[in-house]
Amino acid sequence: MKIIACIKQVPDSEAKVKAENGQVSWGDAPLVINPFDEYAVEGALQQKEAVGGSAVTALCIGPESAKEALKHALAMGADEAILVSDAALGTIDSVGAAKILAAAIQKIGADLVVFGRQTLDNGAGVTPPQTARALGWAMLGLAGSVKVEGSAVTVERVLEEGRQIVKADLPAVVSVVQSIGEPRYPSFMGIRKASKANIPVWSLADLGADAPSAVVTRSELLAPPSRESAVEIISGETSAEIAEKLADKIIAEKVL
Amino acid sequence: MKTFVYIDHFKGEVQPASWEALGLAKTFGEAFALVFGAGAEGVAQSALEYGADEVLFADDASLSDYRAELYAATLSALAASHNPNLILFPTTSRAKELAAMAAVDLNSGAMTDLISLEADGASFVGARPIYEGKLIEKITCAASPAIATLRGRAFPKPDRQEGKSGAITKVAAAGEAKSNVEGYATAENVVNLGDAGVIVSGGRGVSNNPALTPPADLDEKQAEIWRAQQGFALVTELAQTLDGAVGASRAAVDGGYISYAHQVGQTGKVVTPDLYIACGISGAIQHLVGMRNAKVIVAINKDADAPIFKAAKYGVVGDLFQILPPLTAAFKKKLGK
Ligand SMILES: Cc1cc2nc3c(=O)[nH]c(=O)nc-3n(C[C@H](O)[C@H](O)[C@H](O)COP(=O)(O)OP(=O)(O)OC[C@H]3O[C@@H](n4cnc5c(N)ncnc54)[C@H](O)[C@@H]3O)c2cc1C
Ligand SMILES: Nc1ncnc2c1ncn2[C@@H]1O[C@H](COP(=O)(O)O)[C@@H](O)[C@H]1O
Repeated sequence: MKIIACIKQVPDSEAKVKAENGQVSWGDAPLVINPFDEYAVEGALQQKEAVGGSAVTALCIGPESAKEALKHALAMGADEAILVSDAALGTIDSVGAAKILAAAIQKIGADLVVFGRQTLDNGAGVTPPQTARALGWAMLGLAGSVKVEGSAVTVERVLEEGRQIVKADLPAVVSVVQSIGEPRYPSFMGIRKASKANIPVWSLADLGADAPSAVVTRSELLAPPSRESAVEIISGETSAEIAEKLADKIIAEKVL
Repeated sequence: MKTFVYIDHFKGEVQPASWEALGLAKTFGEAFALVFGAGAEGVAQSALEYGADEVLFADDASLSDYRAELYAATLSALAASHNPNLILFPTTSRAKELAAMAAVDLNSGAMTDLISLEADGASFVGARPIYEGKLIEKITCAASPAIATLRGRAFPKPDRQEGKSGAITKVAAAGEAKSNVEGYATAENVVNLGDAGVIVSGGRGVSNNPALTPPADLDEKQAEIWRAQQGFALVTELAQTLDGAVGASRAAVDGGYISYAHQVGQTGKVVTPDLYIACGISGAIQHLVGMRNAKVIVAINKDADAPIFKAAKYGVVGDLFQILPPLTAAFKKKLGK
């Protein structure tokens, strides 16, 4: 089975992200593989282990620096990695990204494509269903478990009301959530292999794709409203006294 | 101005943010509610009562379970024939997926998780948190129809007019099924953190009560979980007293104290209740990004230096096992419960 894991590189969640001249800046904070996409790689590797003769390709659209995120996927155990990078992709929206991913997935060839739930920076969670739509493949989103049997895949989707068990024929697109299991740590051997890996970079021309024009564009970047005051510590002689005071404070907030 | 509003429901139970979307649609002009699913007449009637001018009701048997491709194709076909200017969705798992797919079908784009939305001439401008709420971006959708999903509780819920009548127009299903629903596993209890006005959450601290003696036949891990369950019982009692939901930190979920569905934070749910009470939670950045936009945050933690206090409006430096029982009792008394 040919499996593709789609990953993105993002600033670490500890990064102090700011707006600077209308651009997002994160200083010299490290860039990492999107944490949700570590689950995508983990999910892909689980399927590789479950179905004999499988291989995992990690796929990313991003700048040259995103090779580091792909190397993380290789170190976890992915067999190969491909970076799609092109100056014309600087301002794509998620539909555009999905179309480019779909073109790359077609070129690589796949039975199963595994996505993360959402990115840390954009956080939309729309790229997986949009890619599935662009490919015309089944979308099985927010899977807490994935099982491939023969030419079909069954997942348990983690939804607001509980779990929905859904089955589709391959090829299919899945996105995975945390319940599939903690991402494995890169092994020593994996890190060595990844550091030597040669990661091909594909341009739009290599994909035979035109630069997509963005429908959704950013017009402004704002800092969130800052939280006003320092915390008010409620104290008292006894727990009962503290509880009384705290309950009064909360009731006075009129939030109940 | 014509707006479609997708009403997200599971077997007739509507995700409340759908009504909030309907309320917003009415401020722009004419609002059509889309209700899909066999047997969802009750939802269609409720949509009229929450302000829809007309309901487009697709109740083909093929739509009895939510299936992405059939629902998306049905929605896109309706949009192609009715030409709405805007399609609104609540930001729920299903509706976000449909918004994403409709954006591809209709050569548009999806603006997700909006906290505001305004018309600007023929286009729409929305605001949404990005980078885990560290920034807000304003975005424009240039295509028509514009497609947007709204964050729960960011827009007012319209009043319901019981018994209001109006047109419920039956419409056909479209598209080809690519998946089959094999069943549901509802072992995990339903947790609707996204809509909760009050959330009381527990972290690793709920397992930390040395005074409790677990049954002798438990191993160390089981004993920890047993202790945590005593702690979560206190958290749950307070939540119930305040008609709220129970949340958890990742440490609590990973520790096996409570199911994943309760997790708040980066890899869990992002919540914006009016009141968030964090009990025995340190306040790691990955937890804070999930709850820092709550209106009032209360932290109960033994450690005066815990970062959660930086996000909180009120704090108690103390043992949650000492504070929670009298706090629940105080609310019961003061709220007459
Ligand atoms: C990629 C990634 C994603 C993550 N996603 C999430 C996420 O979505 N949500 C999330 O929550 N975390 C997430 N985390 C984990 C996060 O970094 C923290 O490890 C986690 O939030 C800690 O949970 P905690 O506060 O319950 O536990 P701890 O940090 O161990 O804190 C326990 C607290 O309880 C207090 N305490 C102990 N006993 C008592 C008592 N009897 N009474 C009162 N207070 C007491 C202690 O003082 C302490 O502050 C993520 C981490 C990573 C790396
Ligand atoms: N630039 C990208 N390259 C590869 N995969 C991506 C990219 N952007 C998003 N994805 C995938 O799509 C998922 C959802 O992203 P988003 O819609 O941005 O929240 C991520 O978890 C990734 O699996």
